[in-house]
Amino acid sequence: MTATHTNFVEYAKIRRDFALIANWIKPGAKVLDLGCGDGALLGYLRDRLDVRGYGVEKDDVNWLACIKNDINVIQMDLEAGLSGFEARSFDVVVLSQTLQAVQNTEGIVQEMLRVGREAIVTFPNFGYWRHRIQLVAGQMPVSKNLPYQWYDTPNVHLCTINDFDKFCANHNIQIEERLVLTNGKPVGLLPNLMGSLAMYRLQTR
Amino acid sequence: MTEPSSVGIVTPQTAHFSEPLALKSGAMLPQFHLTYETYGELNADKSNAVIVCHALSGNHHVAGKYSEGDKYPGWWDNLIGPSRPLDTNKFFVIGLNNLGGCHGSSGPSSTNPATDRPWGATFPVITVEDWVASQARLADYLGIKQLAAVVGGSLGGMQALQWTIDFPDRVRHALVIAAAPNLTAQNIAFNEVARQAIMTDPEFYDGYYYNHGVVPHRGLRIARMLGHITYLSDDAMDEKFGRRLKDGTINYSFDVEFEMESYLRYQGDKFAGEFDANTYLRMTRALDYFDPALGYKGNLSAALAKVKADFLVVSFTSDWRFSPARSREIVKALLDNELSVSYAEVTAAHGHDAFLMPDPHYHDILRTYLQKIETGDAA
Repeated sequence: MTATHTNFVEYAKIRRDFALIANWIKPGAKVLDLGCGDGALLGYLRDRLDVRGYGVEKDDVNWLACIKNDINVIQMDLEAGLSGFEARSFDVVVLSQTLQAVQNTEGIVQEMLRVGREAIVTFPNFGYWRHRIQLVAGQMPVSKNLPYQWYDTPNVHLCTINDFDKFCANHNIQIEERLVLTNGKPVGLLPNLMGSLAMYRLQTR
Repeated sequence: MTEPSSVGIVTPQTAHFSEPLALKSGAMLPQFHLTYETYGELNADKSNAVIVCHALSGNHHVAGKYSEGDKYPGWWDNLIGPSRPLDTNKFFVIGLNNLGGCHGSSGPSSTNPATDRPWGATFPVITVEDWVASQARLADYLGIKQLAAVVGGSLGGMQALQWTIDFPDRVRHALVIAAAPNLTAQNIAFNEVARQAIMTDPEFYDGYYYNHGVVPHRGLRIARMLGHITYLSDDAMDEKFGRRLKDGTINYSFDVEFEMESYLRYQGDKFAGEFDANTYLRMTRALDYFDPALGYKGNLSAALAKVKADFLVVSFTSDWRFSPARSREIVKALLDNELSVSYAEVTAAHGHDAFLMPDPHYHDILRTYLQKIETGDAA
């Protein structure tokens, strides 16, 4: 393939979570990225860690962007499940900032842990203090990680870090690692209040 | 980039092969010839060749015209040419008439050199594997060791897939469009009705109609009419014809009343006037028999274990003859083998026929993928 794709290492300076996701992935791993957009994360992981990656994307424009970025991409709707993928056929299945936009949340997380030995899930933390303040002020939160108005948002299943912790406990999912970020920097104290982005590394218990 | 354009005036050529070809059926073709066309220039290291495989009724005339006065160009002209998706500034494109065809290559209507008479029913039954083997001979003849890509829609897509199985080191990319890993029972049923229409035509003469100076026109016509119904979606038919009347009024007769009937009769007549019935039987049989997983207990992933090529698989949402679900079976088997594969499910209203339409997004998909294919020295 000719190299005319995006410089992903440069791009990752904007998407700080890419590097943190990469820290959880072994070089040469086989990675499936669900809702992969233009393939930027997979491109970054390939260029930095030499991962063998496949993306899943339903949008035509994003799909074409993946091909331009030399990313293998399967056009399908996540909501239909991952029946086209064998159990345990990937080292890692990633769902990056898409969890909040899927209808069948339980089904997709379970499918990720069927197809992958591990799952990485990231989502905007609805419990972030800036979101809470806006709610207290009487309006739906809008922020860098939640850039939509209530009437045009694709997000249907927003949750807090506490909610997702409970979800994992109730669904027999082992949290291997959890990282909470604000402006790309790790948050230690009061993560459910101070963190804007949550990252989880998950396995089946 | 220059304005996309046609390849212009083209001329078919013929390659003769004197070495026998052992067929999958056990029969042997002592010699054969293939009619083909090429577009673009083969580059110095012969790394830019692409074979375009045809479907049921196609042939070697894929692009361009034979003269300025030609009414129609080749059957996939919208794909091929300078700056078109399959860009002849970059690629050396080969179209050929498959073995058993009726447009110049050895087939039932061509002369059997052993008898100096048309082969007729004695021309052997041909499989997709046989086609691929004969296409590899053509590549040898042209001095091409490895193809940059094999491209095909429908039955052509099956050939592209078979290429990667039979010659893993000779094909770098396969574009498998509107295809399936085998036919469903329903598809075999359609083919059987088509064959019965031909074989029960009184002018079929068990396939020896050439000796009687006739052709089984009625049978072939009905076979083609049936085919056309299955190539379109219900919605596309409704949109194109609906219940519109030919004369604007009901005549209470069994002549053509609806425009739909008029279209089918026109297509049927046109086809029956230019296509060979014995070839039609063999093309549909090749479709029926295609099943790479057969020798692997139905396990397509196992059948593809030796494949090395990169794949683009494309299906169309309204294609019920070769549905997206069938393409996804191919994709799954490729994924199981950790091959490089991308899959596009194109939203299209035209049914199976969509693979020949110049839908902008569909053509963007092919253009983008083909642009990414590396070829060595420029021509």
